[in-house]
Amino acid sequence: MSNTGTMQKLLDVQGLTKHFTIRGGILNRVEGAVKAVDGVSFSVNKGEILGIVGESGCGKSTLARLLMGLITPDSGTVTIGGQEMKMRGRSLVDLRRRMQMVFQDSHASFNPQRTILDAIAYAPRVHGKSKQQAEAEARDLLTRVGLQADRFAERYPMELSGGQRQRVNIARALALQPEILILDESVSALDKSVEAQILNLLQQLKAEFGLTYLFISHDLNVIEYLSDSVLVMYLGQVVERGPVQDVYSNPTHPYTKALLASKPSLDPRKRTTAAPIAGDPPSPINPPSGCRFRTRCLHAEAICGKRAPKLTAVGTEAHQVACLMNEPGSGHSKAAA
Amino acid sequence: MTEQVSSGAEAPVVSVRNLEVKLKRRSNVISAVNGISFDLKRGECLTVIGESGSGKSVMLRSLMGLLPSNAQITGEIKVDGHDVLRAGKQELMRLRGESVAMIFQEPSTALDPVFTIGDQIIETLIRHEGMSHKAASKRALELLELVAIPSAARRLKNYSHEISGGMRQRCVIALALACNPKVLLADEPTTALDATVQIQLLLLLRRLQSELNMAVIFVTHDMGVAAEISDKVAVMYAGRFVETGTTEDILLSPRQPYTQGLLNSTLHAGMRGQVLQGIKGAPPNLAELPAGCAFAPRCAFSDEGCLSWTPDATALGGSHYAACRRLADLPEFKPVR
Repeated sequence: MSNTGTMQKLLDVQGLTKHFTIRGGILNRVEGAVKAVDGVSFSVNKGEILGIVGESGCGKSTLARLLMGLITPDSGTVTIGGQEMKMRGRSLVDLRRRMQMVFQDSHASFNPQRTILDAIAYAPRVHGKSKQQAEAEARDLLTRVGLQADRFAERYPMELSGGQRQRVNIARALALQPEILILDESVSALDKSVEAQILNLLQQLKAEFGLTYLFISHDLNVIEYLSDSVLVMYLGQVVERGPVQDVYSNPTHPYTKALLASKPSLDPRKRTTAAPIAGDPPSPINPPSGCRFRTRCLHAEAICGKRAPKLTAVGTEAHQVACLMNEPGSGHSKAAA
Repeated sequence: MTEQVSSGAEAPVVSVRNLEVKLKRRSNVISAVNGISFDLKRGECLTVIGESGSGKSVMLRSLMGLLPSNAQITGEIKVDGHDVLRAGKQELMRLRGESVAMIFQEPSTALDPVFTIGDQIIETLIRHEGMSHKAASKRALELLELVAIPSAARRLKNYSHEISGGMRQRCVIALALACNPKVLLADEPTTALDATVQIQLLLLLRRLQSELNMAVIFVTHDMGVAAEISDKVAVMYAGRFVETGTTEDILLSPRQPYTQGLLNSTLHAGMRGQVLQGIKGAPPNLAELPAGCAFAPRCAFSDEGCLSWTPDATALGGSHYAACRRLADLPEFKPVR
């Protein structure tokens, strides 16, 4: 996301949009749309970790599925290493060789009737490797993710603990030697002691294979710990983005502020005394006009319902916020004229 | 681990002695709870922290007599004067209405989808309190106002699928409070909620607990949640309390190696770039518990003796107790913050 010219943009996403229409009634008319992802743009440099954070319904998982071509975007472009991807047909094969995904639920993402070795070797075989070579590489990968190949290769997913299964999931994602790994809530279902092991493993693998990560999570601490830059999403849109230090030390969007202030304190002497914002995130079906956060925002004014904020720089060019208070001449009383 | 809470003039409302629960299955026996004793007075909040499979939910359910018929329970549970393990059906029903109420992790499964929120609260009040329908309706409205649900009168007529997750959990809390329970059991009630909603619910529970002078037992896997809500904390591992004390004892100066490991693998602000000091391995299978200290195989400080000796709780001053054979030899804990 940083604009330093020396760094190489590996993944570039422009204006990615997906609306799911809702039909109903006898005539099956369009009654509304879930604006799951609405004009999301970002880029990631090679070797960086981009954290994507937001609450349920903010579109972070839909974004991951759009990038992988698991659902087709309505509009927008995805460019990997300078090459624009057509999100259908043969070019998806190429896309998925370069970008792989690790899901949250390590149980549901395996075929229970295949051994671990089969699961890891499957994709390389589909992409044209011999059985022998694919299996040899799968064994090597198992060792790299910290599982002894001799003990685990012939086991079935149900015979493994959650942490072990997530290691296999990572090994499987690495089997095609991708450049980019999308991790969608990949540590959220794990116990804390196991989560720490997997986070260490991810950092070690990133250095070893020169990987680039898109790390999607609702956990603010994990994002801060791991990411270089962060994208904060609310109801399908990016509300704030920038280097992780800038966003965490100087959160500027009212939503980012509230999100960071909602973290439990971990120190019983410094308890939270008041909730930073009231209410739940609204439904992404027919979201509020103008700024989508205005229904929960303490600073909302009439103008917020009429005008959609644009991402505007705060301090450095890399740190950007979509809020009318930060947009000069927007008409909000707290904005610069 | 019993003495620490029984001091003071007021008699405890919950008193558990040497509780053991074994769940018999066709092929094996799961030792879910392996000797737990504690006392809790009204107005106190005890948080039980443990990872998945530590037996924390089974322990909680046994307090309400909610275990399946294959459970073998020994020991003693006294709740508000009722002897739970010897109580008949009628007495258990009274216990569940008048003395104890429970809230669960998934509010959507705790509510009946074919009745409105109001109907469910009113039914409870008529059944347990013998109220007229009119009086019960009035009280239901008061209850929704008590848990700070906006436009409460309208919400009474809603079905559970029509409201958001945070709102649903508030309704579950209102339902639980319907009969003025003296003891509230909460099984991960905020885990499924978004961060901004979780903190609202924690503050609500904290307020209700002091206003209604309830004893609360709160089960969670999240150290941050424990820091926000509890007076006392018990750390549970393989069906035992391995460390108990005030919230400050446990979060700021933990002594037991498992508690220390759990805190070290919990991410918080300012940990970027550090290698996490996780705990190796995974929690033990409760059907095949090792002899001796159950944590010994994962413990960095264990020796030969730990594999055969099951440690008892050692008093560390005040209400702080820890169960570890090598307490005297452990290095001082330095929190990573």
